[in-house]
Amino acid sequence: MSLILLIEQILNGLQFGVMLFLTAAGLTLVFGVMGLINLAHGSLFMIGAFAAAATAAATGNFALALMASMAAAAAAGALIEVCVIRRLYDRDHLDQVLATFALILIFSEGTRWMFGSFPLYLNIPEMLSGPIALPGGIQYPLYRLTLIAIGLIIALGLFLLISRTRLGIQIRAGESDREMIAALGVDITRLYTIVFALGAALAGLAGALIGAIQSVQVGMGEPVLILAFVVIVIGGIGSIKGALIGSLLVGVTNTLGAVLLPATFKLIMEPATAATVGSSLASMLIYILMAIVLIVKPTGLFGVRV
Amino acid sequence: MKFKSILLAASVAALSATTAMAEPVKIGMITTLSGGGAGLGIDVRDGFMLAMKQSDNSDIEVVIEDDQRKPDIAVQLADRMIQSDKVDILTGIIWSNLAMAVVPAATAQGKFYLSPNAGPSALAGKGCHKNYFNVAWQNDNLHEAAGAYANSAGHKNSFILAPNYPAGHDALTGYKRQYGGELAGETYTKLGQKDYASEIAQIRASGADSVFFFLPGGMGISFLKQYADSGVNLPVVGPAFSFDQGILQAVGGAAMGVKNTSQWNKDIDNAANAAFVESFQAEYGRLPSLYASQGFDTANLILSAIAKADVNDQDAFRSALEAAEFASVRGDFKFGSNHHPIQDIYVREVIQEGEVFTNKILGVALEDHADAYAGDCNL
Repeated sequence: MSLILLIEQILNGLQFGVMLFLTAAGLTLVFGVMGLINLAHGSLFMIGAFAAAATAAATGNFALALMASMAAAAAAGALIEVCVIRRLYDRDHLDQVLATFALILIFSEGTRWMFGSFPLYLNIPEMLSGPIALPGGIQYPLYRLTLIAIGLIIALGLFLLISRTRLGIQIRAGESDREMIAALGVDITRLYTIVFALGAALAGLAGALIGAIQSVQVGMGEPVLILAFVVIVIGGIGSIKGALIGSLLVGVTNTLGAVLLPATFKLIMEPATAATVGSSLASMLIYILMAIVLIVKPTGLFGVRV
Repeated sequence: MKFKSILLAASVAALSATTAMAEPVKIGMITTLSGGGAGLGIDVRDGFMLAMKQSDNSDIEVVIEDDQRKPDIAVQLADRMIQSDKVDILTGIIWSNLAMAVVPAATAQGKFYLSPNAGPSALAGKGCHKNYFNVAWQNDNLHEAAGAYANSAGHKNSFILAPNYPAGHDALTGYKRQYGGELAGETYTKLGQKDYASEIAQIRASGADSVFFFLPGGMGISFLKQYADSGVNLPVVGPAFSFDQGILQAVGGAAMGVKNTSQWNKDIDNAANAAFVESFQAEYGRLPSLYASQGFDTANLILSAIAKADVNDQDAFRSALEAAEFASVRGDFKFGSNHHPIQDIYVREVIQEGEVFTNKILGVALEDHADAYAGDCNL
C-alpha cells in the first residue's frame, strides 16, 4: 500500500467521521440533557435530505437547499418534541424506544406518501464538484474536503455554544439537575424544545450534505442512526467532545479497517477468500472498538454516567 | 397494508351470479411495498396488475401483501395465503434471501411459485422444484453477460466489487465465469454501504482498465455519484439493477454512457413490448423498469396457462407453464429444463431523452443464454 493511498483513506475516514458527528451531536445532547432515547433521529436526517432535494430541484441553489434542510428538520424536530417527545421524559426507556420507533414508521411512510417510492435527485453544486490536487500528488474530491471543513467548523461552533453562551450554561445545568434549574426560573420546557430542534437541524444538515453524494431515499436514516449510537456510547453520553472524538475514531477505524484488513489477509490467503473474510471482519471492527472502550472505560471516553 | 384488487369484487359478483362456474384462480403476491426497497416491489406489482387488468379475466383473484423486505414477515404471509386464503399460485418476491425462506416451503405444500425477480442459484440447481418457475433470470445471468461484454470491449484488467451477501457472491462469480482478463482487484463491500470513497481510492491505485460493480438500489446511486466526482475515468460495466428506470433519475448525469446488461429494455422491437411500454405509461404516468416488465411477463405467463388448463389439474397446468406460450415483452422466451429462462441478454447504454435518463440497446451480449446450474437439477 502506497503512502498516497493511505493518506487518501485517512482523509476519507475523517470525512466520514465529521459527518457522523453532525448526526451524533444531536443524539448525544438529547440523550444527555433530557435522558431520552430518540430512535427517530435518523428520520430527521432523512427529512433534511428530502427537503434539500426538493428545494434544489425547485430553485437549483445548493446553499438554499442546505438552509431548507436545517429549517425543515428543526421544524419537524420541534413539532415532534411538542406533540410526542415531551410526554416521554418521565417514562422509562422502553416506552421512549417504542414511541420513537413508531415515529420512524410514520415519517418513512409519510415521506413516501409525499415524494413517492423512488429515490430523488440531489447532486453536488458545480463549483464544488470534481477532484483537486493536494500536495504529494493526491487527487481528492473537493466536495469531501468541504465536508471536513464544514464539520469541523460546526464542531467548534457547538463547543463555543455549550461552553461560552447563556444557552450553553442552561443546557449543562439541565443535564446535571433539571429540577433545580427549573426552580431557578429557567423555562425548562422551552429549553428542551430548543435543544431538540438544534439537534434535529444538525441531523437535517448532515442528511442534505450526505444526500448530495449518496442516495436520497426513504429509510436512509436508519443505518446512520445505528452508527451514531455507537459513536455516543464510545464518546460518552451527553458529551459533545466525546461525540467528536468518537465520530472520528469510528470513521477512521471503519474506513481503514475496510481497506487494510482484506489487504492483510491477502498475504496469507487466496484473494477471493481474503476479500470475504477481511470484509466481514472489517464490518465488525467498530463494534469491537466499542466493546474495548466499554471494558476499559464503562462510561465512554468522556462520559460521566453509565 | 392490504391491497385487494378490484378484480376481487368483480369475481365475487360473477361467482354469485353463476353458481355453476368454477372457483376463481387465486394468486397470492408477496412483495416489498414499504421501506427502502419498495420501488422494485411496486414496479413488479404494477406490471403484474396491468397485465391482469388488460386480460379482463374475472375468474382470477389477486391478493397482494407487503413483506417489508423481511424474511420472517414473508414466511408469515406465505403461510396465511396458503392456509387461510387458499391461494393456488404464489409470486412477487424481490429478494433472494426472502425467496429462499418462502419458496421451498410453498412448493413442498403443492403450490406453484413463479418468481418475477429473485433467482438464487440454490433454487436453480439441486434445489429446483417442479412447481417453481423463474420468469426473470437466474441471479448470475446479467453478470455473466457483463463479463462477456467486457471481453468484447477489450477490457483486460477489471476491478470488481459487490456487497458481501449471497447475491453479491453470485454476481462476482457470474462475471468471472465469462470474463477472460486479469483482475486488478476484487472487493466485497458492506451490504447497504453508502460511502465508496475508500473503494474508489483503491480503484484509482490499482491500475485497472475497467470497473465492474453490482450494487443494487441506493448503493449504486451512491457509488455512481461518487465515482463521477472522483475524476477516475475508467469505463464502468454493471448489471441493469443499478441503471433501471426508477434509479436513473436520481443518479442523473453521473450514469451517462455507462454500459449495463439486461434481458429487457423499452426499445426491444416487438409488438408486445411496444404495447406494454405505452400502456404502462398511460396507466401509471412513468416509464416501466425491467422489474415492471418481469411482473408483466409473469402475469401473462399465468394467464396463458390458465387459458389452457385448470389450476387444480397440476400436471396439465405445469405443462402449460412449461410451454410458456405467451407474448413476452422480451421477444423470444422459453424455459430450460430447470424452469429458468433461456433468453437473450443485451448490452444497454444510458442515454438522455429530453429531460429523462433512460437506456438504449447496443447489442446482444449473450444469445439464448441458459444458466450454469441447470445440469444439477433433476427435473
